[in-house]
Amino acid sequence: MLRFILKRSLIAILTLWAISSVTFFVFFALPANPAETMCGKNCDVRTIAAIQKNLGMDKPLPKQYLDYHAGLFVGRDFERQGREAQHCPAPCLAYSFRTNEPVTSIIGRAWPVTASIVVGGAVIWLTVGISLGMFSALRRGTVFDKTAIAFSLVGASMPIYVFAILLLATFVFGLHLLPYPHFVGLLEDPVGWVKALILPWFALAFIFAAQYARLSRSQMLETLSEDYIRTARAIGLSKRTVHLKHAFRAAITPIVTIAGIDIGGALGGAVITETIFGLQGMGWYAVRAIPNLNFPVIMATVLVAAFFLVAANVIVDCLYAVIDPRVKLN
Amino acid sequence: MTTPQTAHGGAYLQVRDLRVQFSTEDGVVRAVDGVSFSVDRGQTLGIVGESGSGKSVSSLAVLGLHDPKKSRISGEILVNGRNVVGLDDNELRKLRGRDVAMIFQDPLSSLHPYYTIGKQIVAAYRIHHPNASKSLARKHAIDMLGRVGIPQPAKRIDGYPHEFSGGMRQRAMIAMALVNDPDLLIADEPTTALDVTVQAQILDLIEDLQRDFNAAVILITHDLGVVSQIADDVLVMYAGRVAEYGSAEQVLRQAQHPYTWGLLASVPSLHGDADEDLKPIKGNPPSLINVPPGCAFHPRCRYAMLNGGPCDIEVPQLLPLLATHEPGHTVACHLPERQRKSIYEQDIAAVGVAI
Repeated sequence: MLRFILKRSLIAILTLWAISSVTFFVFFALPANPAETMCGKNCDVRTIAAIQKNLGMDKPLPKQYLDYHAGLFVGRDFERQGREAQHCPAPCLAYSFRTNEPVTSIIGRAWPVTASIVVGGAVIWLTVGISLGMFSALRRGTVFDKTAIAFSLVGASMPIYVFAILLLATFVFGLHLLPYPHFVGLLEDPVGWVKALILPWFALAFIFAAQYARLSRSQMLETLSEDYIRTARAIGLSKRTVHLKHAFRAAITPIVTIAGIDIGGALGGAVITETIFGLQGMGWYAVRAIPNLNFPVIMATVLVAAFFLVAANVIVDCLYAVIDPRVKLN
Repeated sequence: MTTPQTAHGGAYLQVRDLRVQFSTEDGVVRAVDGVSFSVDRGQTLGIVGESGSGKSVSSLAVLGLHDPKKSRISGEILVNGRNVVGLDDNELRKLRGRDVAMIFQDPLSSLHPYYTIGKQIVAAYRIHHPNASKSLARKHAIDMLGRVGIPQPAKRIDGYPHEFSGGMRQRAMIAMALVNDPDLLIADEPTTALDVTVQAQILDLIEDLQRDFNAAVILITHDLGVVSQIADDVLVMYAGRVAEYGSAEQVLRQAQHPYTWGLLASVPSLHGDADEDLKPIKGNPPSLINVPPGCAFHPRCRYAMLNGGPCDIEVPQLLPLLATHEPGHTVACHLPERQRKSIYEQDIAAVGVAI
């Protein structure tokens, strides 16, 4: 187990390195020049050159690449025109081109927002989606089952921004039940945290819940037709035991995999949900950084998203070995 | 109707005029259509037929394992004198595993992949012995594993099904079926998924255990070799109906139904000419939604309507033989008995059947 985790972590680090290299070259080698964008309309060559120097973009590309990656592990110094060199301690993600704020502190501020949205949303989509799917499989062909299928069809086809706006119109502007979604720290005010984020949770969970309901239903139906379920019935176990201990256990395994990767992916930024509700999480920053050519922020959001996706994969693989005795970690 | 060998009123399992129908989108599937048989403790009944002839459906009905919403079951299934048709699930549950146990064709897919063999046997034991402690149940499970010939049972009990070989897995399955000392064991093609050398071992094991436990055994198979080895009685099924029923000696040595002849002729012989081709039964088993009128076998029967008989109109009744004095041997065929006899002697007995 330990050897497997070590090996997978090593591969994970290599993957992250590859992703960061590709992202770096895609953006920094772009013909677009952020210095020009920042400089505005009335701009001369000297000002652009100065800005470029400030951003560290005057150096050759390979040097920039090495500096950036060295900064991640040991920190680096930024030369500033007319000022003292700024030291950026490891893990250094450089400074925002726009605000000159260290990117690490942007991430430090944005990530709790994203994590709050995703964790709350995941709890809802997993419980609603899986239980809906499992129960409709057990009640196949009934009104309940058909309603659940209809729900999941609507959920899977309704865009998140339509549903989010319906939620806002109903609960915030119509019934005045909830405040407009914003971010409240969980530790500062747990109740406020829930009230301020419950709409984004449902908006995010709706589409996922629909997918999970469909998936759980088909997994459960497949499992229920397995020979070992017939065996469990043939030895005299009750339906309840057969469904819970034998069928559910087997049907849930592939869902664990998909849930791990979905959650890992969303932790890198719930782009649409954050944008609709104006919540300043990872996705919100990423969307704003791209038109601004704010390369350090783009790099950082991509890296963080990749980190969670890769970590989720490692965790899912380890979990799999715990759930399914047939899987050997070697 | 008289029953062979077990021709007395008190056979442990008596099935009378069993009908099992499933409604599907395409129509009603008549999987079992008026089947009667019986088997007593210490006896083995072999049920033979092609896929889809209703063998497994009949036996699953004995355990009440058909979904009551999707199936319609009529007739009587008397287990130790008590009719189990229409019994509610809670009552059936007490019967399953305790009075009637079942082993299945593929032991790999029939055992839960996520639980150890021991856990599954312990669960089977404790569901019918709720007061038994875990350690007692485990002791029983180890005992049973030892009895079915699994070496080092105290160690292997914590293994998962995928860690067992095919034969060992089927032994474990048998141990699970027998842990509650059932009176009736239904073995649904227990050797089909195993290789030949292991097949013989498993059959020997079932025979031995039957003697030890004095259980009634139903052996479902399409392998006539298996039937000849351990069955006392044989029931030949075709398209959900009984074609021929009698003692193993009667059905295998003096077969009367053209379908049974076909089955016998399609078994390769070790004694006959090696170059001689096998004689398969032509055609395919009929759809159970659209069973051919009259005798379901007539479209495939070489001897159908030899005398302008009513083969395609009238369903033949299962009747005892008159000329031969063979009590209990019943056949559902329109051919006159004498003609059947001569055909058998000319065409069938000549083929060196392996059994």
